[in-house]
Amino acid sequence: MTTADLRPLSAPAVAPGHRLKWLLSDVATMTWRNLVALTRIPESLFFATLQPIMFVLLFRFVFGGAISTGVPGVTYVDFLMPGIFVQTVCFGAVSTSIGLADDLQKGLIERFRALPMARSAVLGGRTTADLVRNVFVVAIMTGVGYLVGFRITTNFFLYLVGVVILLLFAYALSWGFACIGLSAPNAETAQVISFPILFPLTFASSAFVPVSSMPGWLQAFATYQPVSVVVDAARSLMLGGAYTSTRHVLGALAWSLGLLVVLVPLAVRQYRRTA
Amino acid sequence: MNEPGAVVARDLVKVFAKGSVRALDGLSFEVEAGTVFGLLGPNGSGKTTAVRILSTILTPDEGSASILGNDVVKRAAVVRRSIGLAGQYATVDENLTGHENLRMVGRLSHLEKKAASTRADELLGQFGLADAANRTLKTYSGGMRRRLDLAAALVGRPPVLFLDEPTTGLDPQSRQDLWVVIEQLVGVGTTVLLTTQYLEEADRLAHQLLVIDHGKAIAEGTPAELKATLGTTVVSVTFADSATAERAVGLLDPLVAGSPILDGNSVDLTVEAGPKVAAEALRTLDQHQVEVAGLALREPSLDDVFLSLTGHRSEGLEFDEPEQGGDHKAAPTPGYIGFDENLAGR
Repeated sequence: MTTADLRPLSAPAVAPGHRLKWLLSDVATMTWRNLVALTRIPESLFFATLQPIMFVLLFRFVFGGAISTGVPGVTYVDFLMPGIFVQTVCFGAVSTSIGLADDLQKGLIERFRALPMARSAVLGGRTTADLVRNVFVVAIMTGVGYLVGFRITTNFFLYLVGVVILLLFAYALSWGFACIGLSAPNAETAQVISFPILFPLTFASSAFVPVSSMPGWLQAFATYQPVSVVVDAARSLMLGGAYTSTRHVLGALAWSLGLLVVLVPLAVRQYRRTA
Repeated sequence: MNEPGAVVARDLVKVFAKGSVRALDGLSFEVEAGTVFGLLGPNGSGKTTAVRILSTILTPDEGSASILGNDVVKRAAVVRRSIGLAGQYATVDENLTGHENLRMVGRLSHLEKKAASTRADELLGQFGLADAANRTLKTYSGGMRRRLDLAAALVGRPPVLFLDEPTTGLDPQSRQDLWVVIEQLVGVGTTVLLTTQYLEEADRLAHQLLVIDHGKAIAEGTPAELKATLGTTVVSVTFADSATAERAVGLLDPLVAGSPILDGNSVDLTVEAGPKVAAEALRTLDQHQVEVAGLALREPSLDDVFLSLTGHRSEGLEFDEPEQGGDHKAAPTPGYIGFDENLAGR
């Protein structure tokens, strides 16, 4: 049987290597930890994937017949899938708030604070893990889309650019949900707070229906809010044709970067203040 | 002057905004290197707040603190390399295995991959968790989690260890096991700051004790010194009901230097000459026709110290969890001298 040397080090250990190296290492360790946890609760990943699949089936086969894309020659399923991708990754950002609230509640963050690790790695690792998870979920949703008739009508490269843009947006959103997770008393509350924010953003948007079909007062919101811009950017890149819009692609990038610039410092500040 | 302690706290003040609670109200103490220092106090007395400041989790509103000469605020990064923290709530990741948890802490303590993995193996062996190394923590018992939590605190081989109520909620056997490990650690030179509500634990482990209440120090000394301040014997007289006990307080008051302490049905007198005072007490009560249900002489416990210093019992987990404690105040302790119900009817 192995035993450990219990003798304390006489002088505090100083880690060899550059600070940046250890910052990246800390973020990687935290990301790894969150991803391993994900594989240990496969049912949560299963249900996280099941829900968007239900949305696909619901809109494709139940509501879809009654919704006009407004663009001749574009089928509803092609219109729908970029919207589903964006909605799914936005909903995925909720796991950032739930995960952090859970760590806080269980006292794990206390342990992390007393370790010589980089302070930002807790948030960095959490959001990065959720980003990886979203990559996985978008891949699955693309497969599901293909099964129900979705086709990329531009090319695979532009589709990938579209995926990168919507993942970047979801990543930015994650930092916002990190703030919610850090201020919620527990994981359940974090989840309950998150949905009233996500529902109007994802449904009062261009994700499922053309904005032009909405009443005028709602159009004003639905046209300019970030989820619509990102959905329109994704359509531009994945469908092209009448949806081609460089303005929306740039707009989506601007929204994502703008949100990051605001939300990252906000989340870091919240993390420092949360004790 | 001696060299400064391994842990130094100076006039620490911490006010929590919500409800403007002064969690710490000018707390100062010093821990000599290589010893166990016990912070003793009831729930909400400020013990955990003190530990969180010393372990750089919180910053103090006033005052300062240092670990091995490094200020906990200005040199927090250095302090974090020299401390280990094991908490009241085993702070380990439930979804990871024991080995993964320790490896994670190792990596976050900036050990290289291989070193982190080796250290994890060693500690799991040391704490009797080798067989459970590759099981997720969901399958661990409470005692196993605490051991893993302590192991996690030791990954970086810290010279200073903070143990915040390390055995709260554990069964007696697991507590004993943890005590043995803590003694081992101190034996090889670790400085330990221990907070506890268990007086028995403080008595057994701590070289020096600081009793705190409402964020302030109210007494300091070795366990023996604190007990000595109270006299050498506690005469505990029990009555049939609390009304009788209340009546007896007035009658017994002249027999003690301090004042008798009423606790439900019984009255405690802390005195030098136990047997003599006991006899006098019975005589006095007999004269006033107050019926005595029981009488015991015992050495003062730290609970008595606490009671006499704060005016209230160390109310809290010890009495909330009788199924786990096994050290209830009423139980005979090693200092138990004698109990004879027939004395009353003498």
